[in-house]
Amino acid sequence: MNIEGKKAIWKDYQKDIADDSYFYVRSCVRQNFLPGSETTFIRIVREELGKDIYEHPCHTTCTGIGYHGDIVPVDTMMTVVARQFALMTEAGYENLVPSCITSFGIYTEVLDTWHHFPEVEARVREYLRMATGREFKIPANIAHASDIIYKFRKEIATKAMYKLINKNTGKPLKVVEHIGCHYSKMFPEKGVGGAEYPYVLVGMIEEWGGEVVDYPERRHCCGFGFRQYLVQANRGFSISCSRKKFESMQDYEPDMIITNCPGCPMFLDKWQYAISELEGKTYGKDGMGIPVFTYEEVAGMLLGYDPWDLGMQVHQVAVEPLLDKIGVSYDASRKYLGINNKNLGQPKSPNVLVTAKSLLSESL
Amino acid sequence: MGKLFDKLKEDVRFVEGFTACINCGTCTAICAAAEFYNYDPRLLVDTVQTQNDDYIEALLKSNTIWYCGECMSCKTRCPRGNVPGLIVMALRSLSQDLGYFVESEKGRQQLFIKRVIGGWILNFGYCLYLEGIGTDMYAEQGPVWDWRQKNWSDVLARLGANYKGEGPGILRKIPAEALDEIRRIFEVTGGKVRFDKIEESSEKKAKEMNLKFGDGTDNEYFQHIFSYDNQNHNKE
Repeated sequence: MNIEGKKAIWKDYQKDIADDSYFYVRSCVRQNFLPGSETTFIRIVREELGKDIYEHPCHTTCTGIGYHGDIVPVDTMMTVVARQFALMTEAGYENLVPSCITSFGIYTEVLDTWHHFPEVEARVREYLRMATGREFKIPANIAHASDIIYKFRKEIATKAMYKLINKNTGKPLKVVEHIGCHYSKMFPEKGVGGAEYPYVLVGMIEEWGGEVVDYPERRHCCGFGFRQYLVQANRGFSISCSRKKFESMQDYEPDMIITNCPGCPMFLDKWQYAISELEGKTYGKDGMGIPVFTYEEVAGMLLGYDPWDLGMQVHQVAVEPLLDKIGVSYDASRKYLGINNKNLGQPKSPNVLVTAKSLLSESL
Repeated sequence: MGKLFDKLKEDVRFVEGFTACINCGTCTAICAAAEFYNYDPRLLVDTVQTQNDDYIEALLKSNTIWYCGECMSCKTRCPRGNVPGLIVMALRSLSQDLGYFVESEKGRQQLFIKRVIGGWILNFGYCLYLEGIGTDMYAEQGPVWDWRQKNWSDVLARLGANYKGEGPGILRKIPAEALDEIRRIFEVTGGKVRFDKIEESSEKKAKEMNLKFGDGTDNEYFQHIFSYDNQNHNKE
């Protein structure tokens, strides 16, 4: 398809993204695996963009992994979602911002179901009354956290200290973007750019100076598959999906991967380690992997935040080669320190995958 | 029209996701599970649309309905507006409600998900609550995860979390009254009934399989369903 055609499709999939006053609901996966990304999102929204963002201490999981693990019935999931809406209504907010793509998909699915089946909404309202006594209003706007960063990508670019450009060659970095399946595969009109040409991350990458890699398995699932990863016996499914993507992207020699889903960055990071241990294969240069980032980590990095404040030390694939390409300033000796410089030791080096630490020890 | 087909029609996801399938196979072409497993969503939908009780019962008792990863790529592509992923979700719910899920190796894994994910939801208010979940069960998490587990609270604090703290924030302690509301929602909406049914059916099956059954994760049946693979599920 030619560029004009793509632009015409994108035009049809421009969603409304609220401008301010956000009710933030957290991601179970990110809180455990990539907590620095949620911390960074709130920091950027409040401090860089000057927006109001509120988090209710009593909000909970939307039950998403349980729902898609099929242990949580649909009525139960919808009533838990209704309770989140009630907390938002009581707090005086109407713009919901989920941190999680599974949650974003669930909120979108619930509203779509209620739109087509008003009797289901009535039943859920009654369930919520019976269980909690709460009432709620339907959100005026639901935008995934990546939609917010997308909306303000130009403002972030104007404040940024760095660009997605190789400082030595002056060329744009080659960036693989990976969109969480439930962002727009279920409801294409609810995602920026739709399902075939989602623009939410592309918009950030282009605005921040990078070049998007268009590779064959670009839209393939990372392989989480809920029960397919959770249960050990099924994990072959999960690693096979990620491996298919790596094999497909490697010839394009990407400098980095950016994702907008909670699980995908963790899987694309950890499965590179697992493949290196199982097959001795690595997908980056010199035995290293392709570093994987969340959009908040990238935004924060370009804004000049300390990579170790962003949480890049919890990645298995070393991020330093990418930081060095851009010329980001960082202190390698502080990578694994806790608060007040508490010594937390260091992770062991993998057997195959080369990390910054193992490179360092080789050079000593 | 069969009784099981009627039961499926009570699930709003089935009503949303099922119209006449023209057997084009687009769903199978795009399906991540069909690439890996001996699985074909086109055949699954075709079986359901026979409305034949015997066929649907066999499906509910089979591994077939447990291969899907619910990525919902099929929803984007079906030219008839079918959603095999939603049909699978309705089949899985019915299979558990009827206790049929324990008749397949993949179905029996539901006890693992119920106890682990379900336990975290009801006890902590999160789908995941990973302190202490190590590379013994999740080897691919690797040495950085080992380091994180060793320094769980310190790393969370370093990255701005409010672990087990009052008020908002990452992995905060969700107040008891909020957890009570979640538990009441499970009671009112059928979540507790589903959980109880998974336990009850699993216990019966463990006896039949002559595997020791107990609470928690440290028992023979639980360990078996977590790790056993008959090596017969994948494409050649």
